[in-house]
Amino acid sequence: MTGRTTDVAIVGGGLVGAWTAFFLARRGQRVTVLEKGVVGAQSSGVNFGNLRLQGRFPGQYPLSLRSQALWEEFEALTGEDCEFEQSGHLYLAYDAEEHARLESYAEVSESYGLAIERLEPADLRRRWPWLGQQAVAATFSARDATANPRLATPAVMRAAARHGASVRENTRVVDIGRSGDGFTLALANGETLSCGALVNSAGAWALEIAERFGETAPLFPAGPPQFVTEPFPYLIAPSIQAIDGSVIFRQIPRGNVILAGYPRTAADPQANRAPVPPAKTLAAMRALARVAPVLAQCHVIRVWSGIEAYLPDMIPVIGPSQTTAGLFHAFGFCGHGFQIGPGVGACLSEMILDGGTQTPLAPFGIGRFRSATQVSEKFRKEFD
Amino acid sequence: MADPVIVGAGPAGIAAAEVLCAAGLRPILIDEGARAGGQGYRRPAESLALDMARLMGSEARKYAALHRRFEALLPRIDYRPGTLVWAIDGDTLHLLRDGRAETLCFDRLLIASGAMDRIAPLPGWTLPGVFTLGGAQVALKDQGCLIGSRVAFLGSSPLLALAAKQYREMGAEIAVIADTTALRAKAAALPALLHAPRTLARGLWYMAASLRAGTKMLHGAVPVAIEGSERVEALLLHDARGRERRFACDAVALGYGLKPETQLADLAGATFVYDADFRLFLPKIDGMGRARPGLYLAGDGVRIGGADAAEASGALAAHAILSDLGRPAEIAVTRRLARRVQRLRDFQRGLARAFAWPRAQIAALDDAVTLCRCENVTVGAVRASMARDLGPAEVNRVKAITRCGMGRCQGRVCGPALQELVAAECGGDGLAAGRLRGQAPVKPIALAAAMDGS
Repeated sequence: MTGRTTDVAIVGGGLVGAWTAFFLARRGQRVTVLEKGVVGAQSSGVNFGNLRLQGRFPGQYPLSLRSQALWEEFEALTGEDCEFEQSGHLYLAYDAEEHARLESYAEVSESYGLAIERLEPADLRRRWPWLGQQAVAATFSARDATANPRLATPAVMRAAARHGASVRENTRVVDIGRSGDGFTLALANGETLSCGALVNSAGAWALEIAERFGETAPLFPAGPPQFVTEPFPYLIAPSIQAIDGSVIFRQIPRGNVILAGYPRTAADPQANRAPVPPAKTLAAMRALARVAPVLAQCHVIRVWSGIEAYLPDMIPVIGPSQTTAGLFHAFGFCGHGFQIGPGVGACLSEMILDGGTQTPLAPFGIGRFRSATQVSEKFRKEFD
Repeated sequence: MADPVIVGAGPAGIAAAEVLCAAGLRPILIDEGARAGGQGYRRPAESLALDMARLMGSEARKYAALHRRFEALLPRIDYRPGTLVWAIDGDTLHLLRDGRAETLCFDRLLIASGAMDRIAPLPGWTLPGVFTLGGAQVALKDQGCLIGSRVAFLGSSPLLALAAKQYREMGAEIAVIADTTALRAKAAALPALLHAPRTLARGLWYMAASLRAGTKMLHGAVPVAIEGSERVEALLLHDARGRERRFACDAVALGYGLKPETQLADLAGATFVYDADFRLFLPKIDGMGRARPGLYLAGDGVRIGGADAAEASGALAAHAILSDLGRPAEIAVTRRLARRVQRLRDFQRGLARAFAWPRAQIAALDDAVTLCRCENVTVGAVRASMARDLGPAEVNRVKAITRCGMGRCQGRVCGPALQELVAAECGGDGLAAGRLRGQAPVKPIALAAAMDGS
């Protein structure tokens, strides 16, 4: 690949771009990350920080478990702490229908080797006596974890840079063309850059790149309404989720409770804004006070959302382009990309260097949108 | 058409309500405080029987007149005290009243949210017994309390001498008035201060009163630390000649001038522009206070100008509302108000130059000093985050990485100092340091507020 500026160009300096750069650079590739803003500032940096294994899309478990092993090694791999807390995930069901769904999730999780504990209301009262009384059943997975998204991506990116990756912030790509079996990228500052392989990990801005090469996906931007409370004494160890998604919350050891909840809210990638409608904040506050009445007098101090990319089947695009050899897509993570970020980076590095990966990724090909798009049940439930 | 909504029942909000009432409208006046008057003309609880005439001194007549005018207005307005606007979503205000959330739609919104002290941290500033200068006055006017029995006043503001005078008259001993601005810098600003000769004279008179009372007064002082093991015991500083001076005291009032409370204007969609004199991002307004169609900003909440400017700008913004409603313009009145607002704000701009915000002092702070007390983030933690590879270079990113400004006060206290520290690391450029973006809730709200109703 002589004569080229770099072996691999990665457009988008989020978590997926960072891990891809990390694994490629660690294997000696010349890698250039091009980020229009600063690394980890979009959905990679403002998400809830959930490293949840329960209740994932079944076809994603191999990738998800591979990713969790990488999260468990985060400090050894990157040399930095990202406030990784393996304090488990508690899933709550409030009626018979939810209980049935909980059980089907548990069976899928177990089929991939995850240990799931089934809990009765009496168990809940004993172990988490401050929970509201209405839950009819729950499952607990001890391997689930959380991390601080604001710290994770810059840490991975610094590690990638230490392995030799070139990370260029405030660098906008304005044009991409084919040159031979590689690509030429024009940057906003007038510079051009040539590469052999191109990774499209541009999040909510990824479609523009795919469409340049004649492929598309029904991508749209949105974000979860989130809030954080003032700190109070540490009480809530696991990450807790009502299975209807009305509340997903966790307490960090310094005391604040962080919450995300559905329905998700609109986001604007052009204006770079994702305002949280106050009515959704109030709905989430009510839902949290129902699940954990002990928090009723706790004060919300800040709300935020993010600009995440969603697809109607609620699973991402991960894999090679169907039109253009050397182009690889990884976008549209539908609000659950944080946990699988490390695995996606590892898989992309293998696709680029080895021509393929052992981790099954068949459901995630971009080609699936050439036939009629499936609309996931999750999609119907999580948006209003 | 909905009634115009005014947020803030200080001099600006009251004057605006008067103008709208006179035109036959019935404005809704929302105020976070339990009693009207804002910060400067704050009214103590009835049961306290404070001698406000004595406390207000030369402003006693204005104080009494404003409250008289407000009483006269009451039957003609929809007054909602004790009501916090915690979020604004399009044309809907989200309110918190009696611990419950409610909403209010508006066509025209006038925000007169007032100002708060701008804090310059120094070693020991988080010790119990350290107050803002405004906080020291609130304790006095709202609660009839003193912040200590032997109080040091430190900062860079003409209000130091005023507050010291109020404290002395209420029985406190004044340890020192230490102004970090040198006398010659104040003298150099005299031409600008002549925009408001009456205010200038009042300021000089407070200073003279302090000298007559034998209060120690230092100009050009360099603060070193507030000392104490459990709480404030002394203020340590260098005088203008570089000598170390230690003043025993049990409380310190810090006053480096005021900053507009612009969070609501931010949520309401105002555009912000960097002001190099105040070294703050301020909402953009036209000559009458319009920020965007339907949004009007007045008083110290948009530009520091003091109570008289607040009144005039409130009236002016109300005239803008009337004119935008198609009422015939009262050209002579609005022109007079606009001139008055401009003159008083020019005076404050002069003051901002004379009583300098101590940006060099902040840039030179020791790494160990706490910058953000809500989240316990030190100056050193901010510098270290910025010095790293791929570290942040702008206030919102510094906040994301270090949590500075992420706590209960949402950067209202540490924000200006954070901005200077980030600017110092970017070569002194306050504009490049960026502006902390506002988010709801403007003040913390309990989960319980969302229960029942709505």
